[in-house]
Amino acid sequence: MAAIELRQLTKVYPGGVKALDSLDLVVPDGEFFALLGPSGCGKTTLLRTIAGLETATGGAVVIGERDVTGVQPGGRDIAMVFQDYALFPHMDVTDNIAYPLRIKKVAKGARHEKAREVGARLGLEQLMDRRPGQLSGGQQQRVALARVMATQAQAFLFDEPLSNLDARLRLEARTFLKKLQRELGVTTVFVTHDQAEALAMADRMAVMESGHIRQIGTPAEVFQRPANTFVAGFIGSTPMNLLDATVRGDTLEVAGCKVPVPSSAAGLLRDGESVVYGVRPEYNTYSDRPADGALGGKVVIVENLGASHLVTLEVAGVSVQAVVPEGNEPAVGDDGYASPRRDRALVYRDGELVSA
Amino acid sequence: MTRFVLGRIGFYTLIAVLLAFFTIPLLWLAAAPFTSDPTYEVRVPDFTLDNFTAILEHPYALPSLLNSLILAVGTAALVVVFAALAAYALSRVRLPGRDALLYALLLLSSIITGTAAMVPLFQLAVELNLIDSQFGLILILTGGLLPAAIFMMKDFMDSTPKSYEESARVFGASPLQIVRHVVVPLVRPGLATIAVWAVANVWGNFLMPYLLLSDVEKQPAAVIMYTLYTEGGQANLTLLSTFGLLYSIPVVIMYLFVSKKYGFRFHGGIKR
Repeated sequence: MAAIELRQLTKVYPGGVKALDSLDLVVPDGEFFALLGPSGCGKTTLLRTIAGLETATGGAVVIGERDVTGVQPGGRDIAMVFQDYALFPHMDVTDNIAYPLRIKKVAKGARHEKAREVGARLGLEQLMDRRPGQLSGGQQQRVALARVMATQAQAFLFDEPLSNLDARLRLEARTFLKKLQRELGVTTVFVTHDQAEALAMADRMAVMESGHIRQIGTPAEVFQRPANTFVAGFIGSTPMNLLDATVRGDTLEVAGCKVPVPSSAAGLLRDGESVVYGVRPEYNTYSDRPADGALGGKVVIVENLGASHLVTLEVAGVSVQAVVPEGNEPAVGDDGYASPRRDRALVYRDGELVSA
Repeated sequence: MTRFVLGRIGFYTLIAVLLAFFTIPLLWLAAAPFTSDPTYEVRVPDFTLDNFTAILEHPYALPSLLNSLILAVGTAALVVVFAALAAYALSRVRLPGRDALLYALLLLSSIITGTAAMVPLFQLAVELNLIDSQFGLILILTGGLLPAAIFMMKDFMDSTPKSYEESARVFGASPLQIVRHVVVPLVRPGLATIAVWAVANVWGNFLMPYLLLSDVEKQPAAVIMYTLYTEGGQANLTLLSTFGLLYSIPVVIMYLFVSKKYGFRFHGGIKR
């Protein structure tokens, strides 16, 4: 078990593409850490640089207080699950799980014993003699996990561990992975492009954009107080309302309506300043009657989310979304009013969160 | 209607003639060795084994088949090992001018060991003291087959995903271990293809052994076949047909064996 520390890590690909730009990050011992971002943001490059499959152009990778920047992947005492699992198709499940031990020159009997033990723990007893081609996607994933567990490495790296499973299995695997990580207590970094996955599984997460980390925090922090408009727009299953606003004393003028300055930004704004007002649809209370500090407009779209509805209002030419519980959803064309929760609304100045 | 019928008749006649062109020699090869006095025509054999007794008594016939085997297996082994290593490197390492190098190799391969390079190759063999040596011949044949083999092998290597190797690398496997444990098993059908192709090539090669081996005891079957004449200078059809049959059988068996053993590929392990 060990912490992972990155110091000003930089990766420039031949041809001048800067995939990682001077990143600093500490993943404490035993943490389940998510690297989240849109495709091409450098999250996979970062994971591969930690693994040693890519060479850092600058900076340092420290695993368990040992600088491993120049060390080969095999010498870093880490284990990795690839997006496609990379199980060896010519070996059965036992040999696949035992492969890391074969490299460590563990005798055949002992390593097969260990493989059976780990396999049993992941419910693979019946499959130990099969080839990967004879396994379902979920089973292949468990074999890949068993293989990294057999290494007893100090840290695990997962590259998009759930992306190859179908939707229902993915939910199951999410719960399973989180439970397994908690039981093993091994420092684990995983990469995902799915914000719901990161929020659900990680203890802490980093949101990345074009080679930079835009925010690090717990899922709750990142969801409730996105540090900038990029994170605000990326996190959440329904994107946050980001509306141009002008400061007018104690209120903000948003799309022709007056809303109170959110508590997080109270006393930090200058009169007359142009800012961006942000509120999640989930934190908008919908009503069909006018209210103080509400954004009023016409209902243009109602989308069914299951137990709730996503209602889009058009307020002076600007779209504002609110989540409405089932039972009292409006019809298209109705007049509607969305009242943002003052303790959950946020203000961004030049794209960055305004807060004390 | 008549036009259509006539057209069909013409078409099938053409096919029959074409087929006969290929089948009759094969029928002759199957029948003549068992016929007492074979001629150029295909006849129902009288199932004598005298021809086989005669070929067994020929001093160089059977040893020449063994020579062919030594040359073929030796060359195939060298070609497979060198082609696999070179193709792996060429497939995984980005070199400037790599593709140009590959095409140049492919182009040159038809010239080396071909008629065009005969004189310089002979000279080279003489200078290196490799004339009349089976080992020398194996080296020259290997050189001739390698470029095309590397080219084919690279295709196999390119089609195996890199993540297998990266996975093994993260577990601490050395490059040689990765090749032994992961790459070779994955490209085994490709290796088998190259080996069969090399064996068949050497087995049928007449020119190189004819030029470079003067000792009749070292010559392979393809060259010995050329010496099977009667005292009158006529082709000795008795020996020729029988030896021809013996000469073909090993290659046919090899094809059957390899296609049974490697006529499949591994699937799975990488989720697509």
